[in-house]
Amino acid sequence: MSIEVKNITKRFGSFTALDNISLEIPTGELVALLGPSGCGKTTLLRIIAGMESADAGAVFFHGEEATHVHTRERQVGFVFQHYALFRHMSVFENVAFGLRVKPRAERPSEAEIRERVMKLLNLVQLDWLAERYPSQLSGGQRQRIALARALAVEPKVLLLDEPFGALDTQVRKELRRWLRRLHDEMHIASVFVTHDQEEALEVADRVVVMNKGRIEQIGTPDEVYSAPASPFVYRFLGNVNVFRNRVHGQWAEVDRAPEGARDEALAFVRPHDIEILREAVAGGLAARIQHVQAIGPLVRVEVDHRGEVFEVELTRERHEQLALQGGETVWIRPRSLRVFQGEQLLPAQHFDLGAGI
Amino acid sequence: MSSVRHTNTESRLVRGLLIALALGFLFLFLGLPLLAVFSEAFKQGFGPYWQALGEPDTLSAVGLTILIALLVLPLNVLFGLAAAWAIAKFDFRGKSLLTTLIDLPFAVSPVVAGLLFILIFGRQGWLGPWLSAHDIKIIFALPGMVIATMFITVPYIARELIPLMQAQGKDEEEAAVSLGASGWQMFWRVSLPNIKWGLLYGVILANARAMGEFGAVSVVSGHIRGETNTLPLHVEILYNEYNSVGAFAAASVLALLALVTLVAKTFVEWRMQKETDMLNAELPPEKAPATAASLQSAPQGGGGELGAARRFPERTQS
Amino acid sequence: MRHSSSRRVLPGFGLSLGYALVYLSLLVLIPLGGLVARSTQLSPDQFWDIATSSRALAAYKVSFGCALLAAVVNAVFGLIVAWVLVRYEFFGKKLVDAFVDLPFALPTAVAGITLTTLYANTGWVGRFLEPLGIKVAFTPLGIVVALIFIGIPFVVRTVQPVIEDIEAEVEEAAATLGATRWQTFTRVLFPALFPALLTGFTLAFARAVGEYGSVIFIAGNMPMVSEITPLLIISKLEQYDLPGAIVLAVVMLVISFVLLLTINLLQWWTANRHSGRHVDAGAQA
Repeated sequence: MSIEVKNITKRFGSFTALDNISLEIPTGELVALLGPSGCGKTTLLRIIAGMESADAGAVFFHGEEATHVHTRERQVGFVFQHYALFRHMSVFENVAFGLRVKPRAERPSEAEIRERVMKLLNLVQLDWLAERYPSQLSGGQRQRIALARALAVEPKVLLLDEPFGALDTQVRKELRRWLRRLHDEMHIASVFVTHDQEEALEVADRVVVMNKGRIEQIGTPDEVYSAPASPFVYRFLGNVNVFRNRVHGQWAEVDRAPEGARDEALAFVRPHDIEILREAVAGGLAARIQHVQAIGPLVRVEVDHRGEVFEVELTRERHEQLALQGGETVWIRPRSLRVFQGEQLLPAQHFDLGAGI
Repeated sequence: MSSVRHTNTESRLVRGLLIALALGFLFLFLGLPLLAVFSEAFKQGFGPYWQALGEPDTLSAVGLTILIALLVLPLNVLFGLAAAWAIAKFDFRGKSLLTTLIDLPFAVSPVVAGLLFILIFGRQGWLGPWLSAHDIKIIFALPGMVIATMFITVPYIARELIPLMQAQGKDEEEAAVSLGASGWQMFWRVSLPNIKWGLLYGVILANARAMGEFGAVSVVSGHIRGETNTLPLHVEILYNEYNSVGAFAAASVLALLALVTLVAKTFVEWRMQKETDMLNAELPPEKAPATAASLQSAPQGGGGELGAARRFPERTQS
Repeated sequence: MRHSSSRRVLPGFGLSLGYALVYLSLLVLIPLGGLVARSTQLSPDQFWDIATSSRALAAYKVSFGCALLAAVVNAVFGLIVAWVLVRYEFFGKKLVDAFVDLPFALPTAVAGITLTTLYANTGWVGRFLEPLGIKVAFTPLGIVVALIFIGIPFVVRTVQPVIEDIEAEVEEAAATLGATRWQTFTRVLFPALFPALLTGFTLAFARAVGEYGSVIFIAGNMPMVSEITPLLIISKLEQYDLPGAIVLAVVMLVISFVLLLTINLLQWWTANRHSGRHVDAGAQA
């Protein structure tokens, strides 16, 4: 089932949590709501679930307006950040809850409930924990039980609030892959909230980057990473070097702000999009090598250009070719960059830097 | 933790002195009176004791005391649940004012509490003429005593439940609703099991106060032997008649009730502590400290008024 | 702060708040309002005359004087008891800890007759005080004894959790900086405990001012000497002097509210002193 959110606005007192948000999520897609804490992503998720009501705007499920439908009837599976497992019920009873509270006419028989719960526990690979209580489970196990419980009512939409937030790194990685597989089997629209960009990029089909109650960009993980729509997205997703036209005016590309413009134009370049060259080239900046550090498959080089430090990432191969020494002067040149004036993306000009190579 | 403290504590002498002071104080003011109740009650042996307890007036006082508690507690439980549900699970204007108002009866002298209802239902009260015209007796009769007891015990259950429910948050209830539970299903299957020990704790404290209340009930009771005398009032009458054995025999029943209350209270505290410990045992580090701190203060709370006293940090948060 | 939204997920808000408000209004607010309303039927002069009659003034003096003395004793010994219960290990500690709540569980009338018997000149305690010329039962001193009994748990239970929460590191830090144990207590620990101690003191005081059941037996109830205000209210009622009872009740009520307000302020102070950081974090969230 698809989800559509139209012009949602939500205020808490004088604080605007969501500012005119619109979003469409087709069936079968796994979408990440990504942003720093306080950006409104959890509020949006709770509005989709019907647990928070919007001040303005509408929510549609499969084209039908659901804005005033109670959470109980929305058929959403919601996985809470801290799992919200019923502490006095066994794992089995937790998962069975949604089936047991159905109206008598729709309620499955005891045998059927048993079968369905065990099937779900199998699916999350925790059938052996059925008789335990939530307090006896590890964080990762709780998370999977919370998911099984949400899936028991066969939701048409699965919503997850920071699903991996409280887990340690190793468990997190496993669960991410597992969630991805699970989603692919279910054919439902899934939305999860996260503040971890790596998580969003790795798991989601599409990423919705949010900041201060607004959507900054919607796109595939590749789109939001390689073609960020705003300086915020650049900064939030990975490392970025910022070049300012007053200092780095030689890069003609940067210096395109109209005369008298209030905001200066800034060029954003990812560390791995900067080339280090031994010889001077057109559009290159002279810089001094400050620090070289090998990190796994990459080598991070810090260079200093007129008192400002930039970060460059090289492959190990390239690094071996260059054989950089601390203190020596090299030339740096961007392979690709995007220029923003304020929040405005300036149209890409064809940027002829390749001439020197 | 204790190993740390050993290196940084008072000298043996000071420790011994302080322990002796504390225990001596408690023995003089708490232990001795408790012993005296039973000693006085059995002063003339077992026979007179049993005889005193078997007096019809004493038995009817016991019956009335239990009846009042049975009438008052259900209403108080409902109020406590309702007030705690509204305050702990929702945000609304005037919430902290409401929380303060619930404590009001703690601040009112029992005698003044009794007077309040004389002013409403008494012969010179607002409803007095109407009541006497319709031959309804409230003051100097059971209804008045029930109402006065209700007034005195209003805060007990609510004050136990509010911090407990606030600490538990509303995630579990929201989860239940998102899984399709109706309001009642959510309440009976999720909310109530989570607060059952806290509720029981409040009921124990409210019951002790309801059965033992003297001042407020004394004002609105007609002191009619065998009719409007609760056990504490009966103790007074017997004592004033210089019937020492009778008075202390009746008092020993109330003292026994107090001891049962302390045992039950300690047991429930222990259960709540166990549940808190279990919950915290394997929680991920991000969540553990908050829950531990907020839940622990509730189970450890002492008596009613004292519950309010011991739990002050929560009070100001709302 | 989230304000009321048009629709709430969790059910029962209207029902629960409605029931709570109706219950509280019928049982507490309207009766209290009624008392105040009745008192305004008197002229200010009449009110003032009754409120400041010599017998009333004497009763206030007994009530507040004894309550104050009892609260001071409770503050000192309550602090010691709380300290001992948290910091030291001794046989039967858990039992003693549970026992501290006895005054809450024991009906006040029982406490009243028992203390009277104990402190009468033939009683277990009284017979030792008699030769020393100290009379407790049927004197204001007896009132103080009864009020000490009533107030014990307030100070202990207010101070105890605060002592539990003091981190050992604080004391260790003081020790590494060269403070003696006494200096550590007076300069580091006591200031941390003080707000809670003051709260416990005020709670004990407030309870003692209104106490009736445990006092009337031991007090002797001599007008002008050992008559407490609640008893004076009752004797006015028994003499069908309703205006007199109302005026004294209003005076007590006003004082109680001032005390309640003080307690709330003290608790707010305590909470803010100890959780300043949390408050900031909460405001941001």
